Amino acid sequence: MGAIIKREMYSYFCSPIAYVVMAIFVFFSGLFFAVVCLGNDTSNLTYVFTNMFLIAILLTPIMCMKLLSDEKRLKTDQALLTSPVSILGIVMGKYIAACLLYLCCLAIYIIFGFVLSFFVTPQWAVIMCNFFGLFILGCALIAINLFLSSLTESQMIAAVTGFAVGLLVYLLDNAANMIPVQFLANAVKKLSFMTHYQNFTVGLLSIADLIFFFSIIALFIFLTIRVIEKKRWS
Amino acid sequence: MVEVQNITKCYGDKKAVDNISFTVNSGEILGFLGPNGAGKSTTMNIITGYLSSSSGTVTIDGCEILEDPKGAKSKIGYLPEIPPLYVDMTVQKYLEFMFDLKKVKLDKEEHIEEVCRLVKISSVTNRLIKNLSKGYKQRVGLAQALLGNPPVLILDEPTVGLDPKQIIEIRNLVKSLGKKHTVILSSHILSEVQAICDRVVIISNGKVVADETTEGLSKALVKSNRLLVQVQGAKSSVINAVSQMRDVKNIKTEREVSDGVYEYIIEAKEDCDIRSKLFFALADIKAPILLLQSADLSLEEVFLKLTSDTNYSTKKGGND
Repeated sequence: MGAIIKREMYSYFCSPIAYVVMAIFVFFSGLFFAVVCLGNDTSNLTYVFTNMFLIAILLTPIMCMKLLSDEKRLKTDQALLTSPVSILGIVMGKYIAACLLYLCCLAIYIIFGFVLSFFVTPQWAVIMCNFFGLFILGCALIAINLFLSSLTESQMIAAVTGFAVGLLVYLLDNAANMIPVQFLANAVKKLSFMTHYQNFTVGLLSIADLIFFFSIIALFIFLTIRVIEKKRWS
Repeated sequence: MVEVQNITKCYGDKKAVDNISFTVNSGEILGFLGPNGAGKSTTMNIITGYLSSSSGTVTIDGCEILEDPKGAKSKIGYLPEIPPLYVDMTVQKYLEFMFDLKKVKLDKEEHIEEVCRLVKISSVTNRLIKNLSKGYKQRVGLAQALLGNPPVLILDEPTVGLDPKQIIEIRNLVKSLGKKHTVILSSHILSEVQAICDRVVIISNGKVVADETTEGLSKALVKSNRLLVQVQGAKSSVINAVSQMRDVKNIKTEREVSDGVYEYIIEAKEDCDIRSKLFFALADIKAPILLLQSADLSLEEVFLKLTSDTNYSTKKGGND
């Protein structure tokens, strides 16, 4: 697993992908931070983090699109699957590498905290909660995109379906409002990423939200493993 | 060392590999031969654990590939048909990655250097793989398979895309590897198999049609003992003299090579060497022999015969 994480990080940072992703992330974070916080003289980062959901939807498919699809296309999966590493090890290696890149992007928020500390005493606990929320949200999106990447040989298709699924889980609670049946609407609302993510952005760390995101991660990693295994049998 | 028992692989209704069994002994070089699409690569992918068979078992040095995949896979070095190369890496970085991936417990730098020397890629270790020529890529693939000195090497058409000089080099390399490793090598080039391998398994349409030593293969198919001779002298007297010999079953005139020189096919009884007798018999009638050679089938002919025979008998089996 360690070897795979290392290789994926190498491949991210030896190609423009890591830099492009980080640049876009930092640019929009900075923009939201400058406009919302510095422009309105507030130390409340809630709006910044709420808006970053969209940027995460945009960037996670780019980070994940080639993870498994390219292996299949270039037949390098033969090297991985015939080496003494379990499929779980392969999938986790790729997943952790993508999460690490995402964590590199998030590092910018430490700077924001310091900038705020010139003006007021930042509420570090709230900022940490925001930070953690955005991280776990990204991890869940990465798991979904990793799964989508395992389904196809084309990076394009993996990325485009990734955008679509990301937007869907983002808009799910708006969609829920249009469902007339109450219990169905509630159920859909519970599946919305936004509903769960919003708690983090206001500094609320709840077990239910954590369990929700961890379940999503576990589910999609499990599905990814099944897809790879299925390929061997069919 | 490698034991393949009754493996079958179905894609839907189609059987790509149909009940194949063979064993490879330690230190043996096995040639795996067949026309394109006969199921060679599929079989190799099953042996290495990349694909799962629909039924049957593969055992590598006592480890069953499905029950103990890690144990079995750590004993195999595999070079697939298309070398599994990460083109965005340099050769050195790639080999380091494969070294880590295979969890090899040797000294990393020293071992990679040794393997690079062996396949002669030391001069390109700092270049990106995507910039290498096909021959070099093939050799990097081979280097990757050799990492960790696995006891079993499985090479799927290792000389494809190489120039003639490189082909000879790689053949010699594989031959020398056969002293320490067990090698399974697939190819559709017969002379290659003839040159390198101790034993040949020929498959056609997913079935084993022959499993023999390289010499035994042509002998088994040619029951008779035939000689091709060119003799100068009158046809009738030659035929007369030869057919009077004790161990000769049959003599047949093939063609007139040049003025007064005819070519004959002489069929002798099994296990009889009639060459010296033939020489004296023809010397007695003052008919000099200009050419004398065995008219047994070459491996090429054997191969064509075997694979076309099964094509005929299993016509319904598909023609992948």
